[in-house]
Amino acid sequence: MAHFLASSTFRQLVLPILYGVVIVAVLPLAAGYIVLLERKVMADMQARLGPMRVGPHGLLQPIADALKLLLKEDIIPQNADRFLFWLAPVASVGMALLAYAALPFGPAFQVADLNVGLLFILAVSSLGIYGIVLGGWASNSHYSLLGALRSAAQLVSYETAAGLGLVSALVWAGSLSMNSIVQAQYDHGVWFIFYAPVGFFIYMVGSIAETNRAPFDLPEAESELVAGYMTEYSGFRWALYFLAEYANMIVVAGIATTLFLGGWLRPFAGFRDHFPGTSIELLDIFPTLLFLAAAAFCFRLVPRQPVKVQKHVMAGIGGLGVVTAAVMFAALFAPPAVMAGIHGAFWFLVKVGAYIYVFLWFRFTFPRYRFDQLMRLGWRFLIPLALVNVIGAAVAIALSEQWGLPPSVSVIITLAATIAVAMWLAADGDKPAAATARAADGD
Amino acid sequence: MTGEREIGMTNASATVLGADEIILNMGPQHPSTHGVLRVQLKLDGERVVGSECIIGYLHRGVEKIAEHRSYQQFAPYVDRMDYVAAVSNGLGYCEAVEKLLNAEAPPRARVVRTILTELQRIASHLVWLGTHALDIGALTPVFYCFREREEILKIFEKYCGARLTTHAFRIGGLQYETYDGLEQDVKRFCQDFGGKIDEYEELLTQNRIWVGRTKGVGVLSAEDAVALGVTGPVLRASGVKWDIRKAMPYAAYDQYQFEIPTGSNGDTYDRYLVRMEEMRQSRRICLQAIENIPTGPIMARVGKVLKPAPGEVYHAIEAPKGELGYYIVSDGTTQPYRVRVRPPSFVNLQAFDRMARGALVADVVAIIGTIDIVLGEVDR
Repeated sequence: MAHFLASSTFRQLVLPILYGVVIVAVLPLAAGYIVLLERKVMADMQARLGPMRVGPHGLLQPIADALKLLLKEDIIPQNADRFLFWLAPVASVGMALLAYAALPFGPAFQVADLNVGLLFILAVSSLGIYGIVLGGWASNSHYSLLGALRSAAQLVSYETAAGLGLVSALVWAGSLSMNSIVQAQYDHGVWFIFYAPVGFFIYMVGSIAETNRAPFDLPEAESELVAGYMTEYSGFRWALYFLAEYANMIVVAGIATTLFLGGWLRPFAGFRDHFPGTSIELLDIFPTLLFLAAAAFCFRLVPRQPVKVQKHVMAGIGGLGVVTAAVMFAALFAPPAVMAGIHGAFWFLVKVGAYIYVFLWFRFTFPRYRFDQLMRLGWRFLIPLALVNVIGAAVAIALSEQWGLPPSVSVIITLAATIAVAMWLAADGDKPAAATARAADGD
Repeated sequence: MTGEREIGMTNASATVLGADEIILNMGPQHPSTHGVLRVQLKLDGERVVGSECIIGYLHRGVEKIAEHRSYQQFAPYVDRMDYVAAVSNGLGYCEAVEKLLNAEAPPRARVVRTILTELQRIASHLVWLGTHALDIGALTPVFYCFREREEILKIFEKYCGARLTTHAFRIGGLQYETYDGLEQDVKRFCQDFGGKIDEYEELLTQNRIWVGRTKGVGVLSAEDAVALGVTGPVLRASGVKWDIRKAMPYAAYDQYQFEIPTGSNGDTYDRYLVRMEEMRQSRRICLQAIENIPTGPIMARVGKVLKPAPGEVYHAIEAPKGELGYYIVSDGTTQPYRVRVRPPSFVNLQAFDRMARGALVADVVAIIGTIDIVLGEVDR
């Protein structure tokens, strides 16, 4: 058995398939719970409670929603292109899932460590746009068509900016392999968000636009286009689009985490201070404490639950927290590879969660851009800024490698220049207000 | 005919379309047409080249019903026209009939009417603000607005038992004395509300996206506004200082000090600022009025059976959405011969095409929101 576990067949064939199955099985559930999280965060910001009926604090809501969507009638509009109408959501979800192949959830948990991993993810997730464009076209509805057109134009514009934003971190990493990028951040001793903050900002804006989230949710702008490209979709086909959207959110959050936030690295990864007499590092105890605190919070809520069943469920969730804490603690005594795998996945998911939280926060705070404003922001602010930022990153590297300046100094110098350009671009963008905006996109 | 049609879309429903043009039908079932408004848009890409509002999906024949009800019986019906400002509707109708009867409500009734009507103006503007922001994509303000509106509705409920279609006033005054603690409730609300308006403004007024989405959108010049008969905040945002509360004071408005906010550009952003300031002014009026409610009777002697002498009367008030006028013809019987309502929403909606031409689809929902229509009032 041990022999088999160490064999290359296992590592190269069985393990990736296993990971793939796990991802495909867990992702819909995760997406469902991100939806619940979104609704809870939204409710919190809007001075209300959010879903409270299905399970304690609405914890079973995603399952109820999924069941409802499965049982709904499947409607295909009369003059729709039936084949493309079927293909579009499938393509959307398929491409979103495919992107997970190269996403490293931890040093051990990755389906395939491609040497062009980042390129692969970007390419595959760009293909997801076909799902939206085809769906909008196949529905044979004006709202859908407008949504699809918006989506296509938006993606082309913002993918460029987001890609250029990534380049500024890539030049520091010197590799496209997701693993090597994280390793490079470990070697530099600092996350690349500190080397390329402007790049991170550009990627964040671009990734919100790419995933069609507010304030860039024009393709599905509810108050304008009803539901945009998915207006005519219902039941499980609609759920597939929804799944694709949330899967894509995790993908872009994963990319940002890997490139800018140190991937699966623990904060202060280079800092090592052992407990006296053991090989356990101080900071590694944090996940255990976090889950214990969460469990304690749940247990505290148990007496307040109105129904006996809900008390049991709440206690069960608390118990789950204790078990997870125990796993996190046990991992400290496991072989280094297992330990790195488990704790790496934890930190990766925490960072992905934080990134997604910011997405949600934006959604409930900002009004929606208008289409011409979106285009102007993309082409006249983000893309020029991203180009300048790439040059800035290159200059910073040249300064530190050729002239021997410490990276922090060279980064600060180029950052100041980049921000000056950003201010100039923003001021320039303000000048042609509504009047020229109308003239400009009339062409 | 062609002269009139130049404003509207020529042959909107006909298929005379350029190669790049499509007809987009918004409504009557659409998330942001504020009810059952149907708008046909002729689009070149996303640009509006023509539009036509098609109304009547909520027509209930309110004016016709009036001819078969006694004057008192018809009073609750007017609440169902602008149902987010039912108190204002009731005030306009009651005062119009009082004018027809040559009666006048006693001072106490007039002050209480003023307080409740101003609270209703705030409530109506809160609904406008929340839905308008929602249309433009800001998901959160609507919940804050409804939180404050709830306080106002609670005051209404305590006063007359109803929250939405209140039928708060009677011809000749009030049916109910104020409840104990009305003054404190109104005062507490008004004191809290000042900070709440700042809270909304914090979310929107300086927000780059909000400013970008509203400035220069749906511009209506003062001349156009006057020519189209537009009234209310929409008119004032175009720079015309016209408010019936000042121009032809009714209820107890001549006793209180308040400003009429006006804009200068006549765009969606100015209309937003004007309505925000109006809420502040309404709060100011309420605070003044609550300090000194005169004592005395609440009902004038108008008799149980109302039989106005034959004649006609037109009476208008400044409802939250603009000039709300009632034209009532009496033939000397207990039932009106004719009641004609001049609804602000209906008249203001006529400016829609002027505002929407050249705009984008996204602007169309902003413009519908900024006119602040209620379909119950447009269709009656």
